[in-house]
Amino acid sequence: MRVDINEKELLQGLARNDRKAIEIIYRENYNMIQSLVLSNSGSAEDAKDVFQEAMIVLYEKVRSGRFELNCLIKTYVYSVGRRLWLKRLQQMSHYAPILENLLDVVPVEEEIEEIEKINDEFQAMDKAIGSLGEPCKSLLEAYYLQKKNMQDIAVSFGYTNADNAKNQKYKCLMRLKKIFFAHYKNGNGNG
Amino acid sequence: MDDIKILDTVERYILGDMTPDERLYFEQLRKTNPEVDQLVVEHTIFLHQMNRFSDWKNFKQTLHDTHTDLSEQGKIKANELTGKARVVYLWRKSKRVVAIAAVIAGVTAIGITILVNSLTPQQKDPKVQELVHKVNVLQQNQQVFNEKINSVVKKTEAPIIPTPVRYNGTGFLIDPTGLMITNAHVVKNSRNIYVQNNKGDQFKAFVVRLDVPRDVAIIKIDDDNFKPVSSLPYSIRKTASDIAEPIYTLGYPRDEIVYGEGYLSAKTGYNGDTLSCQISINANPGNSGGPIFNHDGEIIGILSAKEPDLEGAVFAVQSKYIYQALDELRQSPLYKNVKMPSKSSLVGLDNKQQVKKIEDFVFMVKGD
Repeated sequence: MRVDINEKELLQGLARNDRKAIEIIYRENYNMIQSLVLSNSGSAEDAKDVFQEAMIVLYEKVRSGRFELNCLIKTYVYSVGRRLWLKRLQQMSHYAPILENLLDVVPVEEEIEEIEKINDEFQAMDKAIGSLGEPCKSLLEAYYLQKKNMQDIAVSFGYTNADNAKNQKYKCLMRLKKIFFAHYKNGNGNG
Repeated sequence: MDDIKILDTVERYILGDMTPDERLYFEQLRKTNPEVDQLVVEHTIFLHQMNRFSDWKNFKQTLHDTHTDLSEQGKIKANELTGKARVVYLWRKSKRVVAIAAVIAGVTAIGITILVNSLTPQQKDPKVQELVHKVNVLQQNQQVFNEKINSVVKKTEAPIIPTPVRYNGTGFLIDPTGLMITNAHVVKNSRNIYVQNNKGDQFKAFVVRLDVPRDVAIIKIDDDNFKPVSSLPYSIRKTASDIAEPIYTLGYPRDEIVYGEGYLSAKTGYNGDTLSCQISINANPGNSGGPIFNHDGEIIGILSAKEPDLEGAVFAVQSKYIYQALDELRQSPLYKNVKMPSKSSLVGLDNKQQVKKIEDFVFMVKGD
């Protein structure tokens, strides 16, 4: 069953983080990327990674607000996935030429570079938060990622009141900010 | 304590959680206090990054959940690879390991082969078909029957012993008194051995020496009806022969003596076996043990085996091993005076004349 929903609406849904839109895009494009990766020395796990990264590229694009898709979502996802997998193969020093279906591709070099930068940044952030240890990790994630309020956090983390939780959160936040700005300035200085 | 309050306030300001009055007051503070202003700028950057990070992480989680849902619902062909796809996937995943394992196995196998070869005496390769004729039971019975009839009708002096033949091959005399050479594989499994000449006379024989690795056997005719011959026309060559040398053989692939000719095609035998050489000749079961002659009437080898898959590839034991076998035989006092024909009297004759002189000394060897 093909749901008749136009591409623009799908992209708007994706920007809104609409689960339905994400599912449709996923369903319509996943097998295409999987068969590309599987027929070029990759595993199902590789296919999942490549496809999801391509989805993130698309997601970041539509959220940036200055994105106009002048091709089908399918073409775009395929182009990005193909480029990502080629890159991955090169990193594994696999020089076999990539086999593919004769599908259209659009240039996606810029996007790939951008997403790599973003991924690096976020992975560094993930690592920084992880390095704080508990309870800092859970506390900061609850507040900044899951956007819970301090009252709820205090309750679920077993603090006697919100002020105690805030106190703890402050200490953790200072440590994270220290790491973050060290990385941030470093990154800017090098960039 | 103050720092916590300030940061909390900054955060509320950035997130827009302040009342208008509070906001107005805070903006005033920001203008007058550069430290607070700096903190606001810094924290804005940080929160912006945290927000993006949060979105990224949540989106990743959504993708992961979507993937799981869709593959559970069977809407995408993920993970649950079945049948051919799974095999292909497993193969792709493991082909490097398989390749490495295969290389290791290969190296090990070659290593063991080399080791085994260097430690054990050369054995006949089972791939090579030994040219022993296994006569089928019906034929045997018929032969026994015929022999019985013959014995009654002709009333020959020597009673012919009917023998159920299991193996037959060819052999040739190397000494006037009845010493013969044949292949070890022709006689090694036989309890009783008979040799039969071109005229159909049959004599009892026994094995004097068996060299299975080289596939050479020396047998001796031990029968009162056998009259020692005057001298042998052929000799046995001591040195190796040259490739492309024309050769011929006489043998008993059937009850009649059969002539075949060819040439020496390689100085080594099957798989580089240095005991034998390769000849190109038409050979059939029953030719085993037959002499290979060159055009001077010298024996250059004993026809022993052929490669079943390869037409015309026949192997012969090199003649120098006949000498070696005899040298060993002479250790025994009984045979210390055995002499071999040293010179061929056939030089210069054509094959037809040579065969005429030779055929009486080539026998069918039968074992049961």
